[in-house]
Amino acid sequence: MRVPRDRVALVGLAVIVISAALATLAPALAPADPARNDLLARLTPPAWMAGGSWAHPLGTDTLGRDVVSRLLYGARVSLIVGFSAVVLAGVLGVLLGLVSGYYGGRLDDALMRLGDVQLAFPALVLAIAVLAVVGSGLGNVVLVLGVTGWVTYARIARGETLSLRHREFVEGARALGARDAEILWRHVLPNVLPSITVVATFSVARTIIAEASLSFLGLGIPPPAPSWGAMLDEGRNYLTTGWWLALFPGLAILAVVLGINVVGDWLRDTLDPRLERGL
Amino acid sequence: MRAFLLRRLVHAVFVVWGVVTVVFFLVRLTGDPAALLVDPSATREEIAQARHALGLDRPLLVQYAEFLRAAPLGDFGLSLRERRPAMRTVLEHFWPATAQLAFAALVLAVVVPIPLGVIAATHRNGVLDHASRLGALFLQSMPSFWLGLMLILLFAVALGGLLPAFGWGTPSHLILPALTLAAAPLAQNVRLIRAGMLEVLQHDYVRTARAKGLAERGVIYRHAFRNAAGPFLTVSGLSLGFMLSGTIVIETVFSWPGMGRLIVQAVPGRDFPVIQAAVFLFALVFVAVNLVVDVLQGLLDPRARVFGGGA
Repeated sequence: MRVPRDRVALVGLAVIVISAALATLAPALAPADPARNDLLARLTPPAWMAGGSWAHPLGTDTLGRDVVSRLLYGARVSLIVGFSAVVLAGVLGVLLGLVSGYYGGRLDDALMRLGDVQLAFPALVLAIAVLAVVGSGLGNVVLVLGVTGWVTYARIARGETLSLRHREFVEGARALGARDAEILWRHVLPNVLPSITVVATFSVARTIIAEASLSFLGLGIPPPAPSWGAMLDEGRNYLTTGWWLALFPGLAILAVVLGINVVGDWLRDTLDPRLERGL
Repeated sequence: MRAFLLRRLVHAVFVVWGVVTVVFFLVRLTGDPAALLVDPSATREEIAQARHALGLDRPLLVQYAEFLRAAPLGDFGLSLRERRPAMRTVLEHFWPATAQLAFAALVLAVVVPIPLGVIAATHRNGVLDHASRLGALFLQSMPSFWLGLMLILLFAVALGGLLPAFGWGTPSHLILPALTLAAAPLAQNVRLIRAGMLEVLQHDYVRTARAKGLAERGVIYRHAFRNAAGPFLTVSGLSLGFMLSGTIVIETVFSWPGMGRLIVQAVPGRDFPVIQAAVFLFALVFVAVNLVVDVLQGLLDPRARVFGGGA
């Protein structure tokens, strides 16, 4: 009864593409302005329930704002933060890892020890502490989640570079007079990319959850901007009177993150069979 | 073994030094720590006064040296809100509330998966095998705090208050937060033990044990599981670290009076001595756990003494 992995991955990919499309088209699709209050319609239940209306298919929140519209705009926040923070972390980490592994020596030691120190902090604790100092907001969240995420990429890139730098094709390129940057770019980087792609995919999933957690704690994207985590924070005080406020944003996160994770599983099996199968 | 222990210890001390340094520079990220270390409503004169009183007008290196001396002793200054030593406030929240929650969740996430993982491996493609695969995938794809909200919705709201949703004190208050915190690592550990067991079960010594006519239960737990347990130990250590940071969100969801909720509440009030002390303690526990796991690993498996060098 096991469904083939690539078919599951296809569904996951479809979920990612659809959510990206919904996020992009949010202004056209949203039934209402996500920030518009309508206190007369506050806590309207979803349309199929008694008292619901199709004007607000998934109901309204405590200020009468339309839940569907906020979910659509919230998708933008999640996807933007997820992808840009991972790109930042990946570029930073791979760059440092390549240089560290290729040249070795003091720089290598220093970078790797710095990585050890950073991994001593639970990631969320470090993010909270830094955001407490620099202040919340979309840019700062991307920056903090991106900069704190470099270690894994650096370790992978460094490891691969160490094993490659004395291989024949690299020695050959060097003998032909290629510059270091050229060797790293043309000969080492392409060999590092498969593992990095796999790790990055799972990181996008984790980063989306991290952003939701930070926003849930009131440290991520400040209101009234719709973020799924912030919506859950608002919803948790109305579990008895407005359960839909706590349900739908969580389902949205689950759908997107699940989609990314199954695509990640498939990428790992296809691109990099050496990486350990976690599940 | 002694050289290995010494090396791990030196590494841990180095990491703690790095942690203290990061905490020191944290409040200096934006330039003036005085503005962060006094009451947010302070006037410019009061800030200047505080800058002098806290010694922040001295050269940076002098301040750093002073901090390096004070921080490991737990001296992070006075909490702005409570006007008493920040570390004492943090410790009172860590013990017993956070320790209780993290320990309960750790027991759940480490003990429960052992029989489940073994069954999933011995009954490959059985119901439990599939359920644990789906469970692991779903649980790691949802934010733990949302799982917490859904459990509250189910047990405290829909089932008419079967379990309390908020607060601390009785064992029944512990059930939902501990379950929420343990759920994702629990499911993942089932998969991990299953994978380890599947590998070990192929080995010759398992066949030999069976050939000797040992009872299957003895073969599974005495011969196979023991050898599959090594990587599981490492991951359990990492789970504890994961749980520590998990407590931050989970304590907030369940109004659990621990260190995680304390650090979240300290942010809007900009109570930086408390934030510094809490970040330091979090990292310290993290480093200690990693050290213990490394040493245990070294004791169990001599090969790890040579190769185990990571954080």
